[in-house]
Amino acid sequence: MHSLAEKIQQEFPNGFVKAVEWRGDIAVIVKREFLHDIAKYVHDDPDMDCDYMVHVSSVDWPDDEERFEVVYEVYSIRKRHRIRLKTRVPESDCIVDSLTDLWKGADFMEREVYDMMGIRFRHHPDLRRILMPDDYTEGYPLRKDFPVQGKGWRDTFEFLSEAQ
Amino acid sequence: MKDTTTKQVLDDQRTTIYKVDPEHPESESLPTLRTEELLLNMGPQHPSTHGVLKVVLELEGERLVKSTPVMGFLHRGVEKLAEDGTYHQFIPHTDRLDYVCAMYNNFAYCRAVEKLMNITVPDRAEYLRTIVAEVQRIIGHQFWLGTQALDIGAMTVFFYTFRDREILLDWFDELCGARLTTSWYRIGGVERDLTQGLIQKLRQFLAYFPPKIDEYVVFLEKNRIWVARTKGVAVISAEDALSFGLSGPTLRGSGVDYDLRKYEPYSAYPKCEFSVPVGKNGDTYDRYWIRVQEMYESVKIIQQCLDQMQEGPVMADVPSVTLPPKERVFTNLESMIQQFKLFSQGFDAPPGEIYCGTEAHKGELGFYIVSTGGGKPYRLKIRAPSFIHMGAFDYMSRGYMIADAVTIFGTYDIVMGECDR
Repeated sequence: MHSLAEKIQQEFPNGFVKAVEWRGDIAVIVKREFLHDIAKYVHDDPDMDCDYMVHVSSVDWPDDEERFEVVYEVYSIRKRHRIRLKTRVPESDCIVDSLTDLWKGADFMEREVYDMMGIRFRHHPDLRRILMPDDYTEGYPLRKDFPVQGKGWRDTFEFLSEAQ
Repeated sequence: MKDTTTKQVLDDQRTTIYKVDPEHPESESLPTLRTEELLLNMGPQHPSTHGVLKVVLELEGERLVKSTPVMGFLHRGVEKLAEDGTYHQFIPHTDRLDYVCAMYNNFAYCRAVEKLMNITVPDRAEYLRTIVAEVQRIIGHQFWLGTQALDIGAMTVFFYTFRDREILLDWFDELCGARLTTSWYRIGGVERDLTQGLIQKLRQFLAYFPPKIDEYVVFLEKNRIWVARTKGVAVISAEDALSFGLSGPTLRGSGVDYDLRKYEPYSAYPKCEFSVPVGKNGDTYDRYWIRVQEMYESVKIIQQCLDQMQEGPVMADVPSVTLPPKERVFTNLESMIQQFKLFSQGFDAPPGEIYCGTEAHKGELGFYIVSTGGGKPYRLKIRAPSFIHMGAFDYMSRGYMIADAVTIFGTYDIVMGECDR
């Protein structure tokens, strides 16, 4: 296991689930309840020192018990290493703690995840849709059960039914 | 801390406006004037929003109190489309992200897929990729410089940068048949080699171009309006810039030398000598200065690549992933079938996930790909610098004049195609 992942495991034995290293990327899977604490550790600890938020993403695994995966990728400008923090969220309780208090850039990135996947972020200052219209009611486009050709009034276009 | 300064400025302004003139005591009635915040919609149809961006500005007098970007007018669901096509099929979609600099998007995407498939690109292809990427960087910075100066009110430089940009776009046209939506990069290499004619044209351009950059600089640096409207505008400290996840010249303007070409060297960059210009004050002027310097550096990089480049293949030889050469596709049945199958069914990617960032001229353009095996990405996330830069807009615009809003959009070099995806 990579030394950074080991450190997280030592510091948070209860929150740590597993670490994967593949193609040089380190991914640490953590429990949802510990996400904020671990992120704070990764942000503040002088050996980790991850001051740069690269991206926030989400993956939908419809067949799994905990359906959604939230992915945070952080980078350390001084130490030049990257860590990917991942956590799972069940569909029935689709909420994780927001990291906007640690990285200000997480604001827009988390809003995008909310907009596209429907995962909510606790203590987010302004959790609204960002790319889709505010009054969009047809669900969350990047979920796997959302059809590629669109949904709702788009489905009623005549040329779509002709093409099928 | 910045908020208190803003408040201070606003308070000072109020006192100046309402100061009672001792010679005209009748003006004492002025403080009872009613004041209220004004809400102003800027865009989506505004020439300075670089596409279709709407910003709701809350104004106190002419000062910005709060601004809320409203995005998504150009949202086409590129990430969703990626899940429906094969890896090769997605390359033309990346052109439409940042449509001003399509080559960079191709480059970033191909690098990400190569990391996923663990493919090593041949030497000559790496040099070609670096050359074309740096040509694209010059185009991007020319475009930025021209439009930013135009937005701020200096029109002349726009004609000069677009004149020179045209030469390079024609060069792209000759290279791949398209000026903007290029799709020249391929997974494992590039679509075709440079011809002798193209190399000669590029060398001519390299000799022609540096004096032209000096010309742009003369137009702007001696222009009092340009200097007044860029110096000290949209200032952000290094700490805040990092916290917001800014990258590229927008971050380097604040004094952080984060450049993936140096931090995580890729392609032919480690074999070239170049410097990364870094600003001090974190204002629009420093970012302008960095972009100008980067144009000089790009010229140097291209020159070195052209000199160092050796003959060789331009595509990795991994038949299960990379496309067969075009000549063989036209003459050989097996190659044609291979090409057809790679595009329609795709190659078998191993299950796993990778993130690969590339230093585009706007900032770090990254692709996060999750694969569960098979020919299509399970999830593809684009880390678009324009989108992340817009996250800092509210913070950076507070306390500035309404006219500076245009400067602040410009300072990020946003392109809405990439921002909204």
